[in-house]
Amino acid sequence: MPKYTLTVNEKKQTVDVDAGTPLLWVLRDNLGLTGTKYSCGEGICGNCTIHVNGKAERSCVINVEDAVGSSITTIEGLAEKPDHPIFKTWIELEVSQCGYCQPGQIMTLAALLEQNPKPSRKEIDDALNSVLCRCGTYQRIRNAVDKLVEEGQ
Amino acid sequence: MKNSNKIKRREFIKVVGLSGGGLFLASYVPLQNLLANTGDDPKIFAPNVFLKIDSNGIVTIIVHRSEMGQGVKTALPMLVAEELEVDWDKIVIEQADVDAKYGSQTTGGSTSIRRSWEPLRVAGATARVMLITAAASHWNVSSDNCYAENGFVINKLNNEKLSYGELVDEASKLSIPTDVKLKDPKDFKIIGKRIHRVDTPDKIYGKAKFGIDVVIPGMFYAAVSRCPSFGGSVKSYDAAKAKNISGFRTVVQISSGVAVVADSTWRAFNGRDALNIQWDLGPNAKINSDDIHNKLVNKSKADGYEFESRGDINKNIEEEKILDAVYEVPFITHAPMEPMNCVAEFKDGKAELWAPTQNPQNARSEVAKALGISEVDVTVHVTLMGGGFGRRLVSDFAVEAAEISKAIKKPVKLTWTRQEDMKFGWYRPPSLHVLKGAIDAEGKAMKFSHHIIAPSITQFRFAPDLPPKDYDIKEGTVGLEYQIPNMRIAGSIIKTPIPISWLRSVYNTQNPFAIESFIDELAFAANTDPVEFRMKMLPDDSRLKNVLKVLAEKSGWGIGKILPKGRGRGVALFKGYDSFCAQVHEVTISGNKIKVDRVVAVIDCGIVVNPDLVEAQMEGAIVFGLSAALKGEITIKNGGVEQSNFDDYEILTYNEMPEIEVHYVKNTLPVGGVGEVGVPPCAPAVCNAIFAATGKRIRKLPIRLDS
Repeated sequence: MPKYTLTVNEKKQTVDVDAGTPLLWVLRDNLGLTGTKYSCGEGICGNCTIHVNGKAERSCVINVEDAVGSSITTIEGLAEKPDHPIFKTWIELEVSQCGYCQPGQIMTLAALLEQNPKPSRKEIDDALNSVLCRCGTYQRIRNAVDKLVEEGQ
Repeated sequence: MKNSNKIKRREFIKVVGLSGGGLFLASYVPLQNLLANTGDDPKIFAPNVFLKIDSNGIVTIIVHRSEMGQGVKTALPMLVAEELEVDWDKIVIEQADVDAKYGSQTTGGSTSIRRSWEPLRVAGATARVMLITAAASHWNVSSDNCYAENGFVINKLNNEKLSYGELVDEASKLSIPTDVKLKDPKDFKIIGKRIHRVDTPDKIYGKAKFGIDVVIPGMFYAAVSRCPSFGGSVKSYDAAKAKNISGFRTVVQISSGVAVVADSTWRAFNGRDALNIQWDLGPNAKINSDDIHNKLVNKSKADGYEFESRGDINKNIEEEKILDAVYEVPFITHAPMEPMNCVAEFKDGKAELWAPTQNPQNARSEVAKALGISEVDVTVHVTLMGGGFGRRLVSDFAVEAAEISKAIKKPVKLTWTRQEDMKFGWYRPPSLHVLKGAIDAEGKAMKFSHHIIAPSITQFRFAPDLPPKDYDIKEGTVGLEYQIPNMRIAGSIIKTPIPISWLRSVYNTQNPFAIESFIDELAFAANTDPVEFRMKMLPDDSRLKNVLKVLAEKSGWGIGKILPKGRGRGVALFKGYDSFCAQVHEVTISGNKIKVDRVVAVIDCGIVVNPDLVEAQMEGAIVFGLSAALKGEITIKNGGVEQSNFDDYEILTYNEMPEIEVHYVKNTLPVGGVGEVGVPPCAPAVCNAIFAATGKRIRKLPIRLDS
């Protein structure tokens, strides 16, 4: 079986999996990083969003072999800074309901704000529009984003 | 708060997990806040099943309902803590395993708060009274000279204090009082407050364990292949190709299909996809959506079983204007973000499950039945769940996992794909609604008749010979508050082989759509403002009428009646779950595109336990209702579901989110349910808004302006 060395949350880890295995399942089943969520498996819902070299990507449609050599950050990596403004705002505005999609929402937004702390409404919409939430927390996500952008985070 | 800073989480779990069931702690409190001392084997005071206090001073509140995002893990402990007089920031919250001792653990029907309002406050108050009695006896004073506050009993005479932890021993020896006095609502310190959700930090840091995240030692992974048409079965299968998948362990046939077991989720999926199964497609392989539609139409020609009537719907009224309309609603599905899954371990004749279930008691009995073991030999640990909406009231996924584990004699995690979630759901039934009404020369509603035709969930799932008087399809059709002199409410059921079950607000997703849309038709025929038209028909002492009044004010209904071209607003009302809700939806129509700009919702749910949770439920219900109205449709082809993922079964997205305002009617009436009451007004309010904007009456969901 092929072995792949991945850099996840700044740690190098080697996994023994088949070529073509989605990074999502490597993170969840092999590395125990279950904060990255499975929902659609086809890159539609954004619940599995992670950062690959700082960009928001859907881990369910990235093959493990294509992730070798990249710097991968999961929600657990972002949570190493639990006072990150996004987390603080999420708690303050009580954005979550079931919470299942929230790692995907947060990772998508974190990548956007990292690249551009003052994104336009359209840029925000384009980034968040395809991260689905069935509980309907969008209004609170919007309020949280507005607050973060206003505070220049 | 001594010497505990260095205690590791693992040890902490051991400490608070003493009496079992502590695997899924919702603990969010830093450790140093929790442990007063760390003596071995603390004594436990547990006067009832909903709380325990140990001699280290740890107060644990047990949540017997399932947390699926609605906030019970926060709101139920608030009820206990209010009466217990404990520092909210220092409690530990524990999810209950399945156990009959809690009463019903079914998390559905917007019942968690309503049904727990009394017993959980009594539980807290009972413990408080016993702790006070213990302290009074310790000080040798009367209980009247003592009071409880923040986890201490205080002696009014000298301000001496004893912590609850110190009183555990003495309180445990007392007999349990049965007539404790509950607080007056005006003295509430916790109920009514915007208490933060206890599970938010873990959820956003990616630490929260949902069912799909559970891992137990030695666990394998499974995926199941099921017959593409409902009611079919396995004729034979060839697993040769699946066996070549690396990590393949075994293949087993179970009651719902064929399961492949492997050493990871992905390999289990691949193994499953590599199976070559010959299906007996069964008796339904030729059924399409049109056939079900035709069945509904055929039944609509009869009068139906009369649920309720008054006056005479057939008498002629002078100068009456008669209206007829037929409304139709499709199958929809729950599609929670977390697909179905379950971890099961069958060992030594006993089954242990970790299940994201809204219905652990049903999961236990279904698993016991399927495995041929006794219910006492089935343990169900309830995990967090990534949405439920009623889907997880059915225990099919738990039974599958248990069957696989029994067959392979290993612990196993079963994960469904999104495709399976779409194709093997338990759908909201479709329905047809025949409405007739009349207004007199003064524009007063004189006649209203409603015949609903739909498959019955109760008939399909539990009672093949369900008598018409018990038809569940009448939910939301009877007991309307509108004072219309001549009314007739009737129903007919059809049978379909498509699995149907409860979806957030159940038949209230269909019936109020037809009713509140048709009331709007009558209002426009009477040339009367839709709010005014409804006001006139509601009795003066009606809470629903009051909600409508507040709504008219908050939404600015009477002001600036003329909206610009292409914009419109609509209203709809609903009462149910001991609550009352009215909504105004404002829409902008450009071409065939509908944008819901703003929703103003007013709810009267009696005492509000946690305003933030109620607002969240209303926001969520509106998104859920709009997703169904604007997009939701499951169609049937060759006996199976055509949709397979969120690209062909769409839900509302971020861009489409309207501005939602939620207002309450403040009172101290008994608590009502809030999880579902916000869904029913959505479809009719948005359709009424579309009519106001365009003159086009929408009588079929999902809304399609191009048809």
